[in-house]
Amino acid sequence: MMTEKPIKMPNYGRPRWTLSRYHRYGWFFISFAVLVLALFMLYPIISSLIMSTYSSRGMIQRFVGLGNYQRLLKDRVFLQALKNTLIFFIVQVPIMLLLALLIATLLNNKDIKFRGLFRTGIFLPAVTSLVTYSTLFKMMFSLEGLVNKFLLNIKLISTPIPWLVDPFWAKITVMIAMTWRWTGYNMIFYLSGLQNIPDELYEAAKIDGANAYQQFARITVPLLKPIILFTAITSTIGTLQLFDEPTNFASGGVTAATIGPGNSLLTIAVYIYNLCFKYMPNFGYAATIAYVIVIIVAILSFVQFKLAGERR
Amino acid sequence: MKVKSYFFRCVQYVFLVTAFVLAVFPFYWMVVGTTNSAVDIIKGKITFGDQLIPNLKKLFADYDVGRIFWNSCKVSILTLIGQLLISSMAAYGFEFFASKARERVYRAVLLTMMVPFAALMIPLFRLIVRFHLLDTHTGLILTSLASVFLIFFFRQSYKSFPKEIIQAARVDGAGEFRIFWSIVAPAMKATYAAAAIYSFMTSWNNYMWPLIVLQSNNQKTMQLFVSSLASAYFPEYGVVMNAILISTLPMIVIFFSLQNYFVRGITGSVKQ
Repeated sequence: MMTEKPIKMPNYGRPRWTLSRYHRYGWFFISFAVLVLALFMLYPIISSLIMSTYSSRGMIQRFVGLGNYQRLLKDRVFLQALKNTLIFFIVQVPIMLLLALLIATLLNNKDIKFRGLFRTGIFLPAVTSLVTYSTLFKMMFSLEGLVNKFLLNIKLISTPIPWLVDPFWAKITVMIAMTWRWTGYNMIFYLSGLQNIPDELYEAAKIDGANAYQQFARITVPLLKPIILFTAITSTIGTLQLFDEPTNFASGGVTAATIGPGNSLLTIAVYIYNLCFKYMPNFGYAATIAYVIVIIVAILSFVQFKLAGERR
Repeated sequence: MKVKSYFFRCVQYVFLVTAFVLAVFPFYWMVVGTTNSAVDIIKGKITFGDQLIPNLKKLFADYDVGRIFWNSCKVSILTLIGQLLISSMAAYGFEFFASKARERVYRAVLLTMMVPFAALMIPLFRLIVRFHLLDTHTGLILTSLASVFLIFFFRQSYKSFPKEIIQAARVDGAGEFRIFWSIVAPAMKATYAAAAIYSFMTSWNNYMWPLIVLQSNNQKTMQLFVSSLASAYFPEYGVVMNAILISTLPMIVIFFSLQNYFVRGITGSVKQ
């Protein structure tokens, strides 16, 4: 490189040696990333696809073709994990996104005082790690703990709620915690999107007699569509991989025999972890389940794109 | 009409204040918890106690917290440096040396963002075992070097960088690396800062992958430590609270001192 003379005017298309030089630099700049991605991204993707056609017990491997995929349908633990994960997705994601959108719309209103303070405070949970907030919420939702005490004091309930002991309530607890952690995070996306919507649009709508709800449904939501789609897809990917929360909410952590009461917090990702690192490792079967997540993510993203009416 | 809109405004404030209190209260309780005993915490005490010193003493006497904290710092900072270097360079190549072939590579790279980590985990684990990098920080850092999100993020910011400046620098005889290193990169300080925060936060808070790669106690990161501390059979909640606070504090400090970069680092991806 040093031996070559500095080029005078590398007008991209002109002399041929300049063009090849252009490409050489182009490939060089991206080479490190491409190398790392090929090794730690592309190779694993392909490798786990191949792996999913093998069944292994410890060291012994045998080819089973689509056998692992058939086994899935009869695997009760898997079906429970799938069900648990989908419940988290179906219930928690819409509530959280709606809440985030609502708060963002309110905070975008210039007449509201202390907007900066509200924004900072509501976003703050997003700096906590998944482990720490799970642990913190586990303590808050203990049987004699903070939340039950508060609800009893304001006479909302007469007996303590078995938050982490009952399979139903355990899911609710994790959903409440997840909503706490991620609402502010999603709100920030909506706020930055809302800033790009000109105020004149709302002014014009007001003059035409549109009420607050109509403005929300006809202006805010359609114009924020790409961002709503983005948050919906990232939330989908995140929820389907739910791992940190269930393992840290369960008493006993990752080593616990059941994740949550009656395995109510067992998610697909936790099951994959168990198959690889807790029981006699069956990497092939675990890879199959990982691909189920890929397939579900692909389907759900496709549906969300369709719902949003986007082309790309 | 007037009364109605006044009422409406009140409802809005009540809603916002409730959301604010619910969001911030657990942080207050975390701080209070560091000064309380295990029993008080589990019974939901919300006032300061006098157990801070005993809790801290126990935490530092029973565990090598300094080392664990250092492990987290080391892993996060080295990952950050690697990620920033590799992804900002790649984005530079994709944006300023655009070509049909490289555009195709870029598309393929972006597509991998949709692949959940669970699908990569098992082959990555086997790769690490094969290279004898299990239970080392090197293995953890090496596998986290490429960040598709950051490549995307850098490229989005480069789009607003005037290409004429690069042309002019070339005319003046600057080499391509000098243009990148001493012209474009310094002008993109804000982008680098935002990316650095994003990267640091992701590795600092990471749990699943370190859990798989790191196994011995003296390699553990803060998240693994907090998790194992809290999942003991009889957790010392006062001690746990202190560990939680120590593991969260760096993120809170970074957030409040660099708030704008922080928000940019998170939302930068969706701005057109």
